[in-house]
Amino acid sequence: MAHFAKPAEGSWTEHYPELGTAPVSYEDSISPEHYERERDAIFRKTWLNVGRVEQLPRVGSYFTRELHAARTSVIVVKDKDGTVRAFHNICRHRGNKLVWNDFPGVEVEGTCRQFTCKYHGWRYDLSGDLTFVQQEEEFFDLDKADFGLVPVQAEVWEGFIFVNLDPENTTSAKDYLGKIGAGIEGYPFGEMTEVYKYRATVGANWKLFIDAFAEFYHAPVLHAKQAVADESKKLSGYGYEALHYEIDGPHSMVSSWGGMSPPKDESMVKPIERVLRSGLFGPWDRPIDVGELPAMINPAKSKVWGVDSYVLFPNFMLLVWAPGWYLTYHYWPTAYNEHIFEGALYFVPPKNASERLAQELAAVTFKEYALQDGNTLEATQTMIESRAVTEFPLNDQEVLLRHLHKTARDYVAADGETAVDLAGAR
Amino acid sequence: MTSIFPAAFVDLEPFAEWSLETEGERYDKRLTSSMDEMQAFYDAAMPHLEAAKDHLDALDLAALPEAETRLLWLLYSLVNVSFPVEVWRQPRVPDSGAANMDAIVQPAV
Repeated sequence: MAHFAKPAEGSWTEHYPELGTAPVSYEDSISPEHYERERDAIFRKTWLNVGRVEQLPRVGSYFTRELHAARTSVIVVKDKDGTVRAFHNICRHRGNKLVWNDFPGVEVEGTCRQFTCKYHGWRYDLSGDLTFVQQEEEFFDLDKADFGLVPVQAEVWEGFIFVNLDPENTTSAKDYLGKIGAGIEGYPFGEMTEVYKYRATVGANWKLFIDAFAEFYHAPVLHAKQAVADESKKLSGYGYEALHYEIDGPHSMVSSWGGMSPPKDESMVKPIERVLRSGLFGPWDRPIDVGELPAMINPAKSKVWGVDSYVLFPNFMLLVWAPGWYLTYHYWPTAYNEHIFEGALYFVPPKNASERLAQELAAVTFKEYALQDGNTLEATQTMIESRAVTEFPLNDQEVLLRHLHKTARDYVAADGETAVDLAGAR
Repeated sequence: MTSIFPAAFVDLEPFAEWSLETEGERYDKRLTSSMDEMQAFYDAAMPHLEAAKDHLDALDLAALPEAETRLLWLLYSLVNVSFPVEVWRQPRVPDSGAANMDAIVQPAV
C-alpha cells in the first residue's frame, strides 16, 4: 500500500537507472584489500568533516583529529586572522607527532599561542610557520621558511569544518557537496550550540553502519521494544515509506515523515515523554522559528515531515529534525571490519530546566536506539564475512544503500589501475 | 530533616545516590541497579517531576544553587531509568548485547 508518491519510473531506485535493481554484493564491506584501497581512493581524496566552528571559539583554539583511514592525524586551528587552518600533525624535524598529551593516539583540544614539539622544542605559529629551532646554529644551512607545518586544505561550510588531504584537489568543499549541500545552506545550524556527543567502537565496516541509518525500513521492527505496545503494533503494521529520496553525485538524502513530535495521541507515548514533552524526534516545543526551510530540507513540502537524513560522502551524516535541532553521525574506519562511530545532538541552548530536561530525554533516547543499531551491525558483519550468502536483495526504501556501496566501489575503481574483483560491481 | 535537595523535595532524600553529575555515572548506576531499585526510585520521583520542573524553571539555569543543581541531576537519572521502568523491564536496552557508547561531550549544567 503506497502512502506517498514515487517518481514516474515507478520506484526511487529506477529513477536512478545507474543503480540497477539486482541483488548486491557486500564484498566491499568484508574485503581487507578493498578497505586498504578505500583509504587512499576515498579518505585521502574527498572532503572530510572534522568538526564545527564552535569548537574553535577564539584565536589559538585548536583540536586534533585522528584520521586512521587516511593514515594521518591533523591539527585544526583558528589563526590570528580568524581563518580556520589545518596541518598534518607532524614535526618537520624528525617526525614526532606534534600535538598530543599523554597518549599519542588520543585526540586533544585546547588554546595556545604556538605549537611546541615535545621532543626537541621546535615551535610553529598558528599559521604553521616554523618560528624557533633549538640550537639552530648546530644545523646545516637550515632555513626556517622551508620547514613550516605541512598544510592540509581546510574549508568551512555552514559552520562545518572540512579538510581534504589531497594536495592536488581543486574542488571546493561547497562544490563537492553539490546540489544537496547547496539545498541545506541557510539552515540556522549556528544557533544550535548545545551539544551532546557520544562515541562507540563498532565491530563493523563503516558503510554497514551508514546503511543502518540511511534506511528506516528497519525502524518499526528492530526498535519495536522501544515504544509502548499499541504504538509499536501500529508502526509495524504501517511499515515504512519515505517522503522523498534524492541522489546527487556521491551524496544522497532521505526525507521521512514523523508525527511523534508532538504525537497526535499522547497515550501512545511513554509517561516520561508526556511530562517532559520530548522523545526520539526531539523536544515537542520548537525553540526558535527557523523560518522558510532551504529547498533540500523537506523537499516534498510534506505536512507530516519529521526528519531529513543526508549522507555526505564518505562518512558524514547530517539529520535535520522538524522540531528544530540536528544530529551528526561520523564513521571513522579503523579496519575493514571496525570503525569509531560518533553521534552528536545539537540543540538551541535551553532557556530553563524544562527545556534542558526535554533535550536530555532526546539525547538518552538517541543513545538507546544507537546501541541497538550498533549491536545488530556486529552480527551482520560476522555473518556477511562467512560468505554463506553473497548477494542481497535491496528494496526501494534501501536505495541509498545501493548508492553508497556503488559510490565506494566507483571511487576505488577510478583510483586503481587494476580493478578489484568485486562480484557486485556492475 | 536536612536534605541535599531544596526543602520542597525532601521526600527524595532516600534516593540521593541517584543525583549524579555525568551521563556516564548515571548510566553505570542504572546498569548496576535492580529493577526493584529503579522502580522504587521512579515511583518516588515521578510524582515530583512537574513540581520540580516548575521550581527549577523559576531560576536561572546557568546559575542554579547547589541544592537545585543536585535536584536537576536527580531528574536526569529519572530520565535514564524511565526506559527500563516504563518499557523494557530490564536495565539494558533489549538486543544491545555488550554494546557500549560513551558520552564524550555533554552540557555543563
